[in-house]
Amino acid sequence: MSVLDSKVPKGPLKTKWTDYKNHIDLVNPANKRNIDVIVVGTGLAGGSAAATLAELGYNVKTFCYQDSPRRAHSIAAQGGINAAKNYQGDGDSTYRLFYDTVKGGDYRSREANVYRLAEVSANIIDQCVAQGVPFARDYGGLLDNRSFGGVLVSRTFYAKGQTGQQLLLGAYSAMNRQIARGKITPFNRHEMLDVVKVNGKARGIIARDLVTGEIERHSAHAVVIASGGYGNVYFLSTNAMGSNATAAWKIHKKGAFFANPCYTQIHPTCIPRSGDYQSKLTLMSESLRNDGRIWVPKNIDDVMAIREGKKKPTDLSEDERDYYLERRYPAFGNLVPRDVASRAAKERCDAGYGVNATGEAVYLDFASAIERYGKEQAKIHNIENASKEKIYDLGKAIVEAKYGNLFQMYEKIVDQDPYKTPMMIYPAVHYTMGGVWVDYNLMTTVDGLYCIGEANFSDHGANRLGASALMQGLADGYFVLPYTIGDYLSHEIRTGKIATDTPEFDEAEKEVTDKINFFLNNKGSHSVDYYHKKLGKIMWDKCGMSRNAAGLKEAMVEIKELREDFYKNVSVPGTANELNAELEKAGRVADFLELGELFAKDALERAESCGGHFREESVEIGGEQEGEAKRNDADFAFVSAWEYKGEPSAAVLHKEQLEFNEIELKQRSYK
Amino acid sequence: MNLTLKIWRQKGPKDKGSMVDYKVTEISEHMSFLEMMDVLNEQLINKGEEPVAFDHDCREGICGMCSMFINGEAHGPDRGVTTCQLHMRMFKDGDTITIEPFRAKAFPVIKDLVVDRSSFDRIQHAGGYISVNTSGNTQDANAIPISKHAADEAMDAATCIGCGACVASCKNASAMLFVGAKVSQYALLPQGQVEAVDRVKNMVAQMDLEGFGNCTNTGACEVECPKGISLENIARMNREFLSANVKS
Ligand SMILES: Cc1cc2nc3c(=O)[nH]c(=O)nc-3n(C[C@H](O)[C@H](O)[C@H](O)COP(=O)(O)OP(=O)(O)OC[C@H]3O[C@@H](n4cnc5c(N)ncnc54)[C@H](O)[C@@H]3O)c2cc1C
Ligand code: SF4
Ligand code: FES
Repeated sequence: MSVLDSKVPKGPLKTKWTDYKNHIDLVNPANKRNIDVIVVGTGLAGGSAAATLAELGYNVKTFCYQDSPRRAHSIAAQGGINAAKNYQGDGDSTYRLFYDTVKGGDYRSREANVYRLAEVSANIIDQCVAQGVPFARDYGGLLDNRSFGGVLVSRTFYAKGQTGQQLLLGAYSAMNRQIARGKITPFNRHEMLDVVKVNGKARGIIARDLVTGEIERHSAHAVVIASGGYGNVYFLSTNAMGSNATAAWKIHKKGAFFANPCYTQIHPTCIPRSGDYQSKLTLMSESLRNDGRIWVPKNIDDVMAIREGKKKPTDLSEDERDYYLERRYPAFGNLVPRDVASRAAKERCDAGYGVNATGEAVYLDFASAIERYGKEQAKIHNIENASKEKIYDLGKAIVEAKYGNLFQMYEKIVDQDPYKTPMMIYPAVHYTMGGVWVDYNLMTTVDGLYCIGEANFSDHGANRLGASALMQGLADGYFVLPYTIGDYLSHEIRTGKIATDTPEFDEAEKEVTDKINFFLNNKGSHSVDYYHKKLGKIMWDKCGMSRNAAGLKEAMVEIKELREDFYKNVSVPGTANELNAELEKAGRVADFLELGELFAKDALERAESCGGHFREESVEIGGEQEGEAKRNDADFAFVSAWEYKGEPSAAVLHKEQLEFNEIELKQRSYK
Repeated sequence: MNLTLKIWRQKGPKDKGSMVDYKVTEISEHMSFLEMMDVLNEQLINKGEEPVAFDHDCREGICGMCSMFINGEAHGPDRGVTTCQLHMRMFKDGDTITIEPFRAKAFPVIKDLVVDRSSFDRIQHAGGYISVNTSGNTQDANAIPISKHAADEAMDAATCIGCGACVASCKNASAMLFVGAKVSQYALLPQGQVEAVDRVKNMVAQMDLEGFGNCTNTGACEVECPKGISLENIARMNREFLSANVKS
């Protein structure tokens, strides 16, 4: 018997969530005052959860490693947030959003969770507008939309190219209101380093004050982890420098199962790497693919000429260019989902058609969009016989209004004007679909320990469609967790304050301080980054966009060796009782060095291609889908949930079989 | 490129700091300024010395965490960018670069280049929000149309990343551009009207309490602001503040 109970409510998919809400136990408002909740992470998921729980009346403590909740990594999201509002009248509905998300995730997500997500999505927009989030409006004063990869409707709400920023500032302002009321106590520049369990239940955390170095104990009736994704296991990714797996990994070690660690999204439109010194990769929002056309030269001679600087991309005529997405996927063209677009770019570059010095770049071209918009504007403004320059200027203004800040960002980094010459892009590690396993209530396999947002695994399957992470984070935080946690907390009203001077807290604190002392006394010969970069290289080469069994086995061995070397030879300067960035990094990289190995193990186990996870042994041979990823539903329609057993290689696999009652599993075709 | 860096080193909030000289070599013009700092830090760690502490996170110009004062300018010599988006192509081989923390009474130094900007958060707690219940029962978002112009203007104000460059570059260490941006965003949207009077009064009072100076219209903040927040926001805040005081 599996130890996993997904707790998906019975009954028809369409009424599950409503029925569930009607039947859960509630906490009397007067009792909520006596209940404490810890929320680790103040991104979209944690920030919205903290604000809502405080609004309901619970006492909330929030933690984040930045100096302010407003700086959580969610701030960087550019493109937008989905919601099934059907404002465009183009046929959108809850069902269609649900369908797109399940299909986009390559049928590896939990149906009931995704349906609930689609159901509450519309409320998110109303909530955020009421909070003063300045979503884009059309000239009639109504909300504007755009569309994203993998869908045929326009359901993405946006605030220029800064949607994540605006949504996060909205959640942060909701937090501020609760901080002012004294219902949230924020612990900024604090890092959670362990969870404390008492009689099997999560009852608190150990945190380090990152300024004074003081180790603190915090107790609560429930603990919510909202610590974001672990893409930095690759060293180079689009994540913020501090994004890490520590909170999720530490709870994994204390009994929370870790699900689908190998599901990583590689985003197709990032600024290519330019050298070894590079510290991170920068995303260019996928919304650019609405108007940009992707191509490489048809002839290898032109590729060489471009690399040597003898030709410019603008020298090539239409028929000298290979618009490979439009060629291969006529139905979706440049708007295929991320995994498909990423793999197609890598395929062209591997075949030698990459257009920059490293051979790892394709073009994203706006020339035809500028011309199209220019002509349209000329018509609108009744300009007859507009000159080429006039059309360009008019078109440029439209493109600028839509994506100006992204173009500016590109120009600052690459030192080229993308209005005049096509952008260069390449896939980069972006989002982790795997994470802590949670049931329908968003509770982990540890009682009273919840996990929301990118840190959990539940809604995106093997691949995430654009603009759905923000939706999930806010859905979890504003609308789902506040209900589900209430059901649990209704049994806690007689518990009373939880003491922190107990053996359980002593023990967890000792583990944390021992580890810190170890790092500071090790006095080895290599910096933390030295190891992080090495790990990143193994991950990218062997657990990256395409993987094979032999490489994954090697990766497991290499990561283990690297980890052993790390513990022998890492050097961490400074002391414990001060701000010490190297010490912070050491702890995070130590966890990545374990997670990386489990990642490879999970990838090895999953001998199918699905989502961004392309298994070289599993590819369609012949037929219309020749060369595309080949899913194996008969053997792999399950969630892998790993139980910690001391070493990553010893982790035990539990399977949650996925049931699809509403959706027929089909080959994912975007042709 | 080979460069000489003069960097402010300060062990802790109570310690006395001083400028220390460092040399870095083989800096590529494609590097970002923070990548250049990484190179320096790697070099220091390998020598067994303490790396320079500085704040940073997204390295995409959006989180507002990075905060260096470079050659006398907040976020350095380029316009419209944060330090993490500043590129080494802005410098020349052989340059000497002075790097200091953002200095203001309301931003005490924590260590080296890291300062405490929590005063900004406390201003926000004082009223930087709309009091709406997070119940999921708010009204439909298209029920109140908002003109594109107002929405765009609110968005422009809302792009402030809370970095504090405006404070650091103001001779009075005034936070008016930051607070003006916040007040403006809500003042421009119908949802923010109801509490407008209290909001501006409370936020301004908190700003004064935190020890920020007053605006004397020098405009250095606007020049150094990486997000192009305009002085108009200060004017709008002043108008809101005046009318709030008339109303009550
Ligand atoms: C460049 C970029 C662009 C994106 N664009 C889009 C988009 O257009 N649409 C979309 O839907 N999604 C987008 N995404 C994905 C989306 O932004 C993220 O998945 C989402 O914001 C994650 O939110 P979160 O709340 O789960 O975590 P985060 O926002 O990452 O928050 C994590 C929080 O946890 C805290 N934390 C972490 N560890 C600890 C610890 N040990 N102790 C204490 N605190 C801790 C951090 O301080 C932070 O507050 C984008 C992502 C990137 C990188
Ligand atoms: S107004 Fe400009 S300079 Fe001041 S905090 Fe905001 S973004 Fe930074
Ligand atoms: S590091 Fe985020 S703005 Fe510079």
